[in-house]
Amino acid sequence: MNALTLWFHKIGSPPTFYRIAGWLGPWCFGLGLLFGLVGLYGGLVLAPADYQQGDAFRIIFIHVPCAWMGLFAYFFMAANAFVALVWRIKLSEILAVASAPVGAAFTFITLVTGSLWGKPMWGTWWTWDARLTSELVLLFIYLGIIGLYNAIEDRRQAARAAGFLALVGVVNIPIVHFSVNWWNTLHQGSTVRLMGPSKIDAAMLWPLLLMALATHLWFFGSLLARARVGLLELDGGKDWVRTIALADGARNHE
Amino acid sequence: MSSFFAMGGYAGFVWPAYAVFFIVLAIDALAPRLQRRRLLQELRGRLQRRASRDRNGTSS
Repeated sequence: MNALTLWFHKIGSPPTFYRIAGWLGPWCFGLGLLFGLVGLYGGLVLAPADYQQGDAFRIIFIHVPCAWMGLFAYFFMAANAFVALVWRIKLSEILAVASAPVGAAFTFITLVTGSLWGKPMWGTWWTWDARLTSELVLLFIYLGIIGLYNAIEDRRQAARAAGFLALVGVVNIPIVHFSVNWWNTLHQGSTVRLMGPSKIDAAMLWPLLLMALATHLWFFGSLLARARVGLLELDGGKDWVRTIALADGARNHE
Repeated sequence: MSSFFAMGGYAGFVWPAYAVFFIVLAIDALAPRLQRRRLLQELRGRLQRRASRDRNGTSS
């Protein structure tokens, strides 16, 4: 084995990954919280009110970053599910399954905040608009993946079944993303673009991008914490987990 | 300050949205901690049961 594969195997071994994730996770949470608070200060206090939507537009600073995260988490989950199904890498199974609840949480926030935004702007809490419907389907796919994983006793078989469902659900992702272009319905088009200029003022853009960074960091913090639990569960009978369980017990009895 | 909380008349929509955001993410951060604690307790219980079974097995 060359140095790179060796390094990859070492990182991917459960005890090493558990240790690294335990160190990295709190940093992701902490920095995410810090950037999030600065971003929210920029969005709620510094940014001016929208000329058309008044202060109601301020929901954008949580709604849009969470919507991006719902899709990002799905990409991450599907990529890991693919690696897990093709190469049977244990860590990828764990990471794929760990990202489902985080993605579901972000998708849920997107739907609720969108509904709270839609009521004053569109005059309705909910409409069967293409974007809203496909986002709801995304939440159901997440819940289906979590449910399927928990319904199967054998952890590795459960991860394979859930990973397969995650790959099938990929068809919904372009529908969510392009729905505002394909069907001209209530939901507005993209404001922030990777290609070409964004249709938003700089005073509103920087808090939005900072919130996007914060939610990404939060995702990885939560993912690593969940992956650690997944590794403990999968390697329950092994020595390194036994050591951790006993050390944790000794700490609780002090 | 009160105009900040009033959100230009949209307080009833903006603040619940932010409340949902914070509550859901707080649960998201707490859930793995609780799962970890429960799992480690369960593992310790399993280890103890096995240890006591081994002891009884050798003495009889």
